[in-house]
Amino acid sequence: MLEVKNLSFTVPGTDTGIINDVSFTLQDGKFLVLTGPNGGGKSTLARLIMGIERPTAGSIVFNGEDITDLSLTERAKKGIGYAFQQPPRFKGLTVRRLLSLASGRDLPENECCAYLTKVGLCSKDYLNRAVDASLSGGEVKRIEIATIMARQLQLAIYDEPEAGIDLWSFSMLVQSFRSIASQKNESVIIISHQERIMKLADEIIVIADGKIRTQGPRDRILPALGREFDVACDMRGK
Amino acid sequence: MLNITDKTLLDTISGFSLKPENAAFNVRKNGQGLDRRSTEHVQIVSKTDKPGIDINVLPGTKKETVFIPVIITETGVADTVYNDFYIGEDADVTVIAGCGIHNSGCEEARHDGVHRFFIGKNARVKYIEKHYGEGDGTGGRVMNPVTEVFLGENAVCEMETAQIGGIDSTLRETNAFLEAGAKFNVTERLMTHGDQTAKSNMRVELNGKNASSQIVSRSVAKDRSEQVFNPVAVGNAAGRAHVQCDSIIMDKAKIRSIPEIAANDADAEIIHEAAIGRINNDQLLKLMTFGMSEEEAEAVIIEGFLK
Ligand SMILES: Nc1ncnc2c1ncn2[C@@H]1O[C@H](COP(=O)(O)OP(=O)(O)O)[C@@H](O)[C@H]1O
Ligand SMILES: [Mg+2]
Repeated sequence: MLEVKNLSFTVPGTDTGIINDVSFTLQDGKFLVLTGPNGGGKSTLARLIMGIERPTAGSIVFNGEDITDLSLTERAKKGIGYAFQQPPRFKGLTVRRLLSLASGRDLPENECCAYLTKVGLCSKDYLNRAVDASLSGGEVKRIEIATIMARQLQLAIYDEPEAGIDLWSFSMLVQSFRSIASQKNESVIIISHQERIMKLADEIIVIADGKIRTQGPRDRILPALGREFDVACDMRGK
Repeated sequence: MLNITDKTLLDTISGFSLKPENAAFNVRKNGQGLDRRSTEHVQIVSKTDKPGIDINVLPGTKKETVFIPVIITETGVADTVYNDFYIGEDADVTVIAGCGIHNSGCEEARHDGVHRFFIGKNARVKYIEKHYGEGDGTGGRVMNPVTEVFLGENAVCEMETAQIGGIDSTLRETNAFLEAGAKFNVTERLMTHGDQTAKSNMRVELNGKNASSQIVSRSVAKDRSEQVFNPVAVGNAAGRAHVQCDSIIMDKAKIRSIPEIAANDADAEIIHEAAIGRINNDQLLKLMTFGMSEEEAEAVIIEGFLK
């Protein structure tokens, strides 16, 4: 279980508040979608949970243990993983090596291929390619998602997995997330704007201006979100 | 003749123990020829006027490998050797060179290898060279390799050099002269640490029509070490040359790159790219989200970068 309690984050050295007093709980095996306007603070919240950023106030409790002061590495070892919104590239590291590093052991070819297939990459062609500038943004993004799927996690966080991905691969991805959701082995947080992903959610949280605007079960939030988008578009139209 | 240190050194620099049954080879230790074998197509003969050997590869030789490792295990040895490779037309060979220094004394141990390749028409050479130093002595380990490559029409030379630590001072000179349709590709890998210094001068001349060259340099400088690169690519005829230097700088190290590109023909396309920078922070963070410590992540990034 993940408990985020009164979490706040201010940019170090300034008083710019990015996350303000955010609290929520995620039960084991649940699927949570974080959504909301760009710049609302979704990625920052994810990075705070992973331990890439440090909160200015509040705490994070994971499986009953306060992990607020644990390092990124320690949290990773406790089974938390994060697929970056903008994953880095690595000169000389092959796709296969990266997947192996993620999983913590030397992955045989067929297992690597299985993970790549889940993100819609035709696997054999990619295994020995370096994750460098020769790959497109969408390819790097999908490899990033595959590395998180290759880990044995208790909490997996995906940051806008749909970005830069073609429709066909997106369908593969939605299917993979659906099967992860139905297995209920790990808790999942997906930051997304896609209705097809939101439809998989048990819970949805809308974040804007560093605060939770609404949260609740999908059946209650999703219809309301639709109306909110309509209103927002309408207002922009004027 | 070969003790355990010798064998380990030889293996590190050239995988010598894995050499094919009938490969030609010449092993040099502490300034002396130690062991040699010629084959039907690859003849190795001593030079008469200076230390070194001539390696004659007959025209049409296919898929042979030649090993010419050098080891220095005594302190105070300064060894200069001249090796000339005459590669016949249409031949296709792999040459595995390499120098290992084990210096546990207090004097300098030094090897200056001067290699010249005369590559005939349509011949292909793959040249692999690894430099390595070890030993706990205070004496310096020094290597100053000079490599000159003359490529005939449509000849191809792929060169891979690596110096991954252990050499205190190195000055590397590499020059290549390409005739029409020839191709010269080099990948240079270098890591320095402690107070080591390394300088690499490279000059590639495209002298015939449609020659091409790709020079890739990857380096990592740690601690207080210093590296200087001076790649020069000259297009004297229609053709392409691409120079790409990429360095990771750490600690208190210093890296300088002074490239020169020149075109003396309107159809010569000469490109240079260079970057020096720290390890990217997002790369470290990404690997740490796999459960690695910062140091482990750093090691993985460097290993991949130099691979
Ligand atoms: N380290 C930082 N320094 C300055 N501004 C930051 C920093 N991190 C995030 N921000 C700002 O915080 C806001 C929220 O960013 P982010 O969490 O990436 O939003 P989202 O993922 O919802 O689009 C943005 O305005 C962003 O520019
Ligand atoms: Mg974001």
